[in-house]
Amino acid sequence: MSAREKPAAATEAIKDASQRRQKEMIARHFDRLAAVSQTGERCAYTFVPGNLTELLLSFDLLPVLPEINSLQSAMRGKSADYISIAEKLGHSEDVCTYVKSDIGMLKSGNIGPTGQRLPNPDILLLSYTGCFTFMKWFELLREEYHCPVVMLHVPYQADGHITDSMRQYVVEQLRTQVIPELERVSGRRYDEDRLRECLTLSALAENDLVWVLQSAKQIPSPIDAYFGAVYYVGPIFSSFRGTDGAVAYYRELRAEIEERIRLGQGPVTPDGDVHNERFRIVVEGPPNWTSFRQFWKMFSDLGAVSVASTYTKVGGVYDMGFRHDPSRPLETLADYCLGCYTNLNLPTRIELLTRYLDEYRADGFLINSIKSCKSFSAGQLHILREVENRSGKPGGFIESDLVDPRYFSAANIKNRLESYFQMLGQRRSGGAA
Amino acid sequence: MTGVPPLADLLAGADRVYRDYSLQTVADWKARTGGLAIGYMPIYVPRELLYAQGVLPVGLMGGRDDLEIIKGDAYYQSYICHIPRSTIELGLNGSLDGLDGMLFPAICDVIRNLSGMWSMLFPEKYVRYLDVPQNFEPQVGGAFYLRELLEISRDLETRGARPLVAENLREVIGAYNENRRLVRGLYELRCRQPWKVPTHELYVLLRASLVMPVEESSVMLAKYTSLAEADETRQPLDQARVAVTGSFCEQPPIGLIRTLERAGCYIVDDDFVQIHRYIEHDIPLDGDPMNNLVTAYLRDGVASPTRYIGDGVKGEALLRRVKASGAEGVLFCAPSFCDPALLDQPMLVNAVERAGVSWTAFKYSENGGQFQVIREQAGTFADSIKLWSGK
Repeated sequence: MSAREKPAAATEAIKDASQRRQKEMIARHFDRLAAVSQTGERCAYTFVPGNLTELLLSFDLLPVLPEINSLQSAMRGKSADYISIAEKLGHSEDVCTYVKSDIGMLKSGNIGPTGQRLPNPDILLLSYTGCFTFMKWFELLREEYHCPVVMLHVPYQADGHITDSMRQYVVEQLRTQVIPELERVSGRRYDEDRLRECLTLSALAENDLVWVLQSAKQIPSPIDAYFGAVYYVGPIFSSFRGTDGAVAYYRELRAEIEERIRLGQGPVTPDGDVHNERFRIVVEGPPNWTSFRQFWKMFSDLGAVSVASTYTKVGGVYDMGFRHDPSRPLETLADYCLGCYTNLNLPTRIELLTRYLDEYRADGFLINSIKSCKSFSAGQLHILREVENRSGKPGGFIESDLVDPRYFSAANIKNRLESYFQMLGQRRSGGAA
Repeated sequence: MTGVPPLADLLAGADRVYRDYSLQTVADWKARTGGLAIGYMPIYVPRELLYAQGVLPVGLMGGRDDLEIIKGDAYYQSYICHIPRSTIELGLNGSLDGLDGMLFPAICDVIRNLSGMWSMLFPEKYVRYLDVPQNFEPQVGGAFYLRELLEISRDLETRGARPLVAENLREVIGAYNENRRLVRGLYELRCRQPWKVPTHELYVLLRASLVMPVEESSVMLAKYTSLAEADETRQPLDQARVAVTGSFCEQPPIGLIRTLERAGCYIVDDDFVQIHRYIEHDIPLDGDPMNNLVTAYLRDGVASPTRYIGDGVKGEALLRRVKASGAEGVLFCAPSFCDPALLDQPMLVNAVERAGVSWTAFKYSENGGQFQVIREQAGTFADSIKLWSGK
């Protein structure tokens, strides 16, 4: 366990070497962002689902992801104030709290997660994939930053598959609008060879990420595929896909997990390892970020381990086979954008969850329904019933929010979780009706 | 002859159609023609394409306060708007059995996800999510949209609709142009003489028009126009002229519209039942009619919150509406939990404030029945305009 840090104090989270590496990668990235006024580097704000990181990197544009900033604000306890600022400015209490946290952060000086000021965007790359709010979000930001916006409309997989027409539409937008606009903003010509190099690195990292996620098929699982995997998907969902850094990160992460499997260890949590895996759970929906550690502890205290999750697929459903393919650079970017989890229709989401329950030998599944996120939440009660019917395994349903602490009721959620896990325990011991 | 004045008779008939959850007009049309009927959700679908293939497009706008939601609520959390609940309720209680399918246009994530639920709840029906493009370049978004429409056309044909023929489509576009002209005419008349066209009447006509063939709707609208215009008992009141915005998908209860009028507002512009005015002008009849249908969407669609405003300025279209209608204030009137309306609202508020236009905002639900608070708010707003605007 030499690669792992012991907590200096009882409340300090335990971190693996890969986590420390990720932290350093993020710190360097935000250092670059903070220094753009000196270095002349340019940045593009964009979204996690359907992000075109490789394309941005091929133009030497630094990605900034407002969703990540919002969740980081929540984890740092700042989102409540930011949301309050946005609501005072007229933003409705009914809408996405990521947006309001971002607006509030902007109005408070745009200080990012590392305490440094974020630069204003040189361009807003509106990759409109799987979430209606994205469109409004960047319309709102455009009013604040007065910078160019380029829209990439990604059709919805309404019938559960990608058609040639959809792919053609996305590729045409990339070719005729996104790339010319990125050329203009960056001052660089489109370099397809460079894009291919990035895509090659992406696929390498994706292979290792999938291996890590699928390691949860082991019993006991060496990872937590919801809470823990939030960290694992960080580099690939954000600014690092297509870089050597991401490849190195996932190689190191994979080695750590291989070692955990060899030692028969359970997942790492901020409060130590899970030694006694009692329940194997599939989780649907994003986590709550304001009480992330407390939320996780509610599971780990009861020996509940998430063995698969859908949230960790919002930036790409790699475990279903997709890899970025450097031989068809624009088409592969189109397929990537089209294939993100929230761009899948309800029947496909149900099939995926049912498949996870089977393949990961889970005892049940939990839906964390997020008030803010209608893309995820609308239809989840239908998902609950359908997955229960198909799998024969019980589902639990809890409600919280992304970054608004007003909608995280710890006692209520804990009570529900305890009842749910108690029921699973009774079923296992033959107490099911 | 019933002895009822013709205008009241016409409105009573329209009201019956509007309130009929069982869609008897659709059943009658199907019995008469043997054609298919396809439902569609707000805000826009190219009805012309359907009707040209002998398919009756049937506009569905959820429920009202007289629809008890029993099953629909079991599908949605408390923080989801109301229209998907009532739509599911109507589907599950058999009201929509006469429809052969449903189109779910790209409005928001809730309606998008409803399309998947619908396909599972009603597997025998045709279900199609209509991904209208947010790219408005003819060679890019236009080409995609054309492919989408052609696929819908083929799907309908497979299900028994007649093949798409250019001449039929051209003729139907003409019929819808006429219908849109009549609707525009009523809106213009309401602008000039709002006392002649109370919005609660206009609204019922627009809703009834959703579930009848376009030709019948046009006859009804033309008749109403001439009767209302000629009605000398309708005299002006000292009311404030307001534009209502935000009600393009889930519809306000008719009681809310009446409340606004009783509170001292003449509604001189709105975005209710927006499909009738989504395409702002006539669609050309010369040239390729499919291409014209596509171009109309790309070039002539209203600045709905569901539509990306690329190089445009947010709120500019609303200000144009305010100016054109002579509205003295804006009522932001959105359904609770409506992402498109509520995310758009801060930008629109900024625009009207920059222009010095008065505004107020409230939310509703389609099944709401208590309007006292809104009445007081709207009444105060109307009073403030009349007393303090200096006009």
